Formats: sequence, C-alpha cells, structure tokens
Amino acid sequence: MSVVDTTVVGRPLIELDGVSRSFKVPGGVITAVDSVSLAIGAGEALCIVGESGCGKTTTGRMLAGILRPTGGRLIYEGQDVWAKRGTDLSAFRRAVQLVHQDPYASLNPTRTIFQTLSAPIYRHKKAKGNRDAVNRVRHLLQVVGLTPPDDFLGKYPHQLSGGQRQRVAIARALTVDPRLIVADEAVSMVDVSIRISLLNLLLGLRNEMGVSIVLITHDLAVARYFAREGRIGVMYLGRMVELARSEALVSDPAHPYSAALIAAIPEADPNITRSKDRVMLKTAEVPSLLALPPGCTFHPRCPLAEEGLCDVLVPALLPLPGGSPREVACHVAIRERQPAAELLA
Amino acid sequence: MTPILSVRDLSIDYRTRRGPVHAVRDVSFDIAKGETVAIIGESGSGKTTLAVSLIRLSPRSAKIVKGRILYTNDRETVDIRTLPDDELRQYRWSECAMVFQAALNSFNPVINIWEQFADTARAHGLKDSKKIHARAQELLDLVHLDPKRVLTAYPHELSGGMKQRVLIALSLMLEPQLIILDEPTTALDILTQRSIIDLLGTLRKRLGFSMIFISHDLSIAAELADRMITMYAGTVVERASVTDLFYRPRHPYSVGLLRAVPRVSGAMGAVASIPGSPPDLIRLPPGCTYAPRCPLAIPACSEREPDLLPVDMPDHDARCILWKTVAEQVGNAEVAVAEKIATA
Repeated sequence: MSVVDTTVVGRPLIELDGVSRSFKVPGGVITAVDSVSLAIGAGEALCIVGESGCGKTTTGRMLAGILRPTGGRLIYEGQDVWAKRGTDLSAFRRAVQLVHQDPYASLNPTRTIFQTLSAPIYRHKKAKGNRDAVNRVRHLLQVVGLTPPDDFLGKYPHQLSGGQRQRVAIARALTVDPRLIVADEAVSMVDVSIRISLLNLLLGLRNEMGVSIVLITHDLAVARYFAREGRIGVMYLGRMVELARSEALVSDPAHPYSAALIAAIPEADPNITRSKDRVMLKTAEVPSLLALPPGCTFHPRCPLAEEGLCDVLVPALLPLPGGSPREVACHVAIRERQPAAELLA
Repeated sequence: MTPILSVRDLSIDYRTRRGPVHAVRDVSFDIAKGETVAIIGESGSGKTTLAVSLIRLSPRSAKIVKGRILYTNDRETVDIRTLPDDELRQYRWSECAMVFQAALNSFNPVINIWEQFADTARAHGLKDSKKIHARAQELLDLVHLDPKRVLTAYPHELSGGMKQRVLIALSLMLEPQLIILDEPTTALDILTQRSIIDLLGTLRKRLGFSMIFISHDLSIAAELADRMITMYAGTVVERASVTDLFYRPRHPYSVGLLRAVPRVSGAMGAVASIPGSPPDLIRLPPGCTYAPRCPLAIPACSEREPDLLPVDMPDHDARCILWKTVAEQVGNAEVAVAEKIATA
C-alpha cells in the first residue's frame, strides 16, 4: 500500500497494485502503463489527468476490468480479480462500469433508449416482469435528468443531443447498480455550457448512491472542479507522477511536470492567463513510448533534472515529507521536501 | 482608419427539407488592421457558418440571404459576396487565409508536406520551385519546425501539434492580412496548446496580420483576443473588448458561458452550466432567442427581439433589454464573473 491519504478510510473498494500493461505494436513492445498503484475508497471522486499517451485510458480500462494487466494485481474488496473465475468475475463486472468519451459511438443507433436501458436489466434479472423493467428505466431516466422520462423511452440516439446521449450512457451504467463508475473523457465532447451539469450529475450519484467515480480527463480545470473534495492523479508516459488532494495539486504542485502543466494551461480569465509564470522545459519533444529514456522518463525535459540521479534511477511514488499529504515521484522534490513551485522559483 | 474587414447585416440560411435554417442572422462587425477578434458561442450558434462565409467556402446548401462582406486592402474595397471567381481565388490565401482544426482532415493524406506547399504556391501562380522551397523553409522555421524533417514527411507522420504548425505556416505563405482560425487548439494537449498560442502571439506581433478566432474555448480568447463577439442562435448578442467581455459582460448568455468554464488558478466561484439547449433555428422562439434559457427573462423579453445597442461602457454593445440588471449583478471589477456571483 503506497497511498497516504485520508480519503481512503479502512479497506479500499478497489485497488491497482503495481499494475502494468504492455502492448505489441509494429516496431516493438510499448509499456502503456508501468507499475501504477492506486487505491480508491467507497464513494470517492478521483480524477486521473495527463496528456495523450500518458496511459490514463489504459489505466481506466484496467480499473474497469476490461483489460487484463500484464503485471501487478487488480484488487476488488480485498480479492485479486483476475485470479477469480466465472461468477465472481461477473459480479465484479457489474460492480464496475465504464462510460466512454463518445456517446455517438457507444450507443447502438438502431435501438431505442428503452431497448438500450432495458437490455442489461433483463440480462442481469434486475426486474420482475416487463412492467417492473419499464418502471426501472423510467426511474433511471429521472435520475440522470432526462425528464419527463416517457418523452425519451421511444427515442433513438440520433434524436438526442450529445449531452442527452451522455446521460443515457450514464443511465445504462447505473442499470446494474455499480459501486464504481470509470468515466473516460465523458464530458470532453459536449459543449462547455452543459459540461458542468454532467459533472454535477456524476457527483450527485456519488453523494446520493455512494458510487465511487474515477474521471479520466486531459482538462485540469475539469479535474479540479470534479475532484474538489477528492484527489487528482497526474500521469506521464505510463507512470503516476503525482497523487494529491485536488486543491494542493493545482495551487502547489509537487512534481515539475504537474507544475509545467498548470503553468501552461490557458485560463478563461485574461488578466490571470496573460500574467502567468511559465515553467520552461528543456525540450517540447515527448519521448516515444518505444524508446523511453532511462531513470525518470521526464528527465530529458525537466528543468530540475540532475545528472547521475534522474537519468539513472526510476523515482518511486513516495509521500512528500511535510505539508499536506501528497505523493510524488521525483527524486529532487522528495530530497528537498519542497513542492515544484518553490524548487523552480 | 478603414477596417480591414467590415461585415454588414449578413444573413445566411441553409436549405433543408424542413425549411430554411437561419444559421446567421443580421451579423455586423468590423475588424481593424492588426486586431484579433474572438467569436465565441456553443455549437449551433452560427460561428463556423459565419467564418467560412468570409472566404466563401460555405457548402452549397448555404445561401447568403442578405448583407455585405467588405474587405479593404491598400488599393481598394471589395465585397467578397459578389467577387468574381478569379478575383476570389486571389483573395483566398493572399489576402485572407483560413486555418482549420488540424485534427480534421485539412491535408491531402497522400502527398508530403513539401507537395502541399508546392500545390498551394502553384495554384497562385508561383512557378519557380527553388523560390517555393526557400519560402517553405522560411515559413517552417518561423513556426519552429525543422524544414529538413518536416518537408519530406507525410501528414500521418506528424503529431497533432506539428500538423497545426504546418497549417499555420501554409496559411502565411502568401502573406495574408487576415487569418481566420477555426478551433486552432481544440484536441491538442495542454503543452502543445500553449506552444501554439505563444506562436500565434509572436507571429501576430512580427507580421502584423489581423486574426479571427472561432472557438468554444474561452481560454484561447482570453489569451489572444483584443475584442470579443458572443453569438447565440445565429446572431451577435454581445460585442466588447476582451476585458469588458470577461469582467463586465452585459448579456446573460455571455455571463452563462463565462460561468460554465472552471479555472485552475484563483477561486473556483459559482461554476454553473446553462440550462436547456439552443433553439431550433428553423422555428426560432418569439422575441429574444435566449429568453427560454435566460435566468433573468421577463415577459417583455419574448415580445420582440432586442436590438444590439450600446451599454454603459465605450465600444460595447449588447442585445438585451435587461443589460442594466446584468451590470448590477456583475459590477465592473476585473474579477472573474463566477467569483463575483459567488460572493454577491
């Protein structure tokens, strides 16, 4: 257990224990996720952020149990998921649901909303008879804010807006009473004007039903809003480089990469965004996953990198001594007991 | 000084089986030389229809119902709407260039970057390959790309950020005075977004061109715009300087958009989404088209569509009869709107 956080009290609901995932690609083998450990408590809202290729989606797919790790363990309620067989695994599959980025692709265009939502209800015998199934679907539509529900039952996906489709996708995840929802860029394709309402819907499910939610996003502002009472994990080239309470992470990042991201974000506020301090990276070039640098994979770009240390030793994700509880995978930050902002100043 | 671009009472319909879609309605605005204007609004607000009409790249189903698009250079003023085809070809690229989203298919996938440059140059009468090559090298240097590596590459071999840089370089080839950018940073990673924004800022300073941004992303507007235009249901609902629009908005829809975007720095404030969805552009609601979603709406709002009229700040217009109420709510301090509403 590497997590030192007050959010996870007692036994975590689900845990990634040093999981890795490699893929064969033309030109070799890439490690999309490398030894990531993460414990998620019941009812927790957690965000994983990072740029494309950082492994956040692969991590989410492993959390949801649809991708088998090539190393490490996925632990659900204390048990190793992939060591189980048959019925046990199907109970896990119901407990963890994935909501995709693109509701245009994830809903079957030839099925009505009722058909889409009732199929898992019938399959998992969550209803007694047809009337009960209709009532359950009506109730779910109400929960996700598609009201009056009768207006939506007979509609097809193409008759709905992007935001409404994403609500249907969330309702479908809820049909099987999940304990954890993994939402992969679930709000990035909808208009800014309705993004917040979808995030509020997910947060409401957490508050009212106690569902844990892991939101995967490239947008740190969205992560800050969503995980304001929880944690944000920052990934870079397959590794978790920082895991901290949301406000600590955005106001006082500990890893130089987190600091660089936060400094680079254009903000919807002209005075703030035009006067931001920049973190100058040594190069804009992101190493290929096929030829990752040794040691800390961020060292070729890192302004704090030290020769003979950062280019040799892989930093582990360790608690940063002093200050608010957070974990960081950076030799320099750990040694100096300082967050990146102070080190870079 | 005469503005470089002056759009007057522009209205564009799309023909559909259900009837005409009023995608752009009575839009007027000016762009001064060297000025950067950001057009913001949700999808379906008409901003992209408006942008492509400025270089007459609209799809065939689109029809300009009325209005003028006046472009002025050192020599003359022309109406883009009535420009003969041969002059239009000249206007595109050499006077006004458009940069599309790199994530979309803006390149011919089967020819390399050098040929993309050569094609564009030859289409505009440049014959000398050596000269074109020198110009391509110069432009790629300008956008911080290595010409040796990039010119021989095919589009699929470049990252999203590199493709966006190449598109920007291409757009600059014939030294246009006006560049229209449609979602130039959408679908790019944060550090790449930052580098594209910084690049556009430097190029603008160095080359002095005017820019029009079309974006649903308010942060790029906050970074680069001098002035802002908010569009809703095909029409301009607010026109203001960038600081006025962000800190002193006078239209409830601008307020709604500003409150919908969470920030990373500063206080979070009262972030909120806009309830409802944009209206059906075939059957527009009576009166103010935003009234059905507006938290301030009163019965008078639905009687007739308000005019775009000056408010209490100079060079600032809003299409709202309740702009004074909005002004009371958000005040004049240079603090984000979401923060002000939280503390109000």
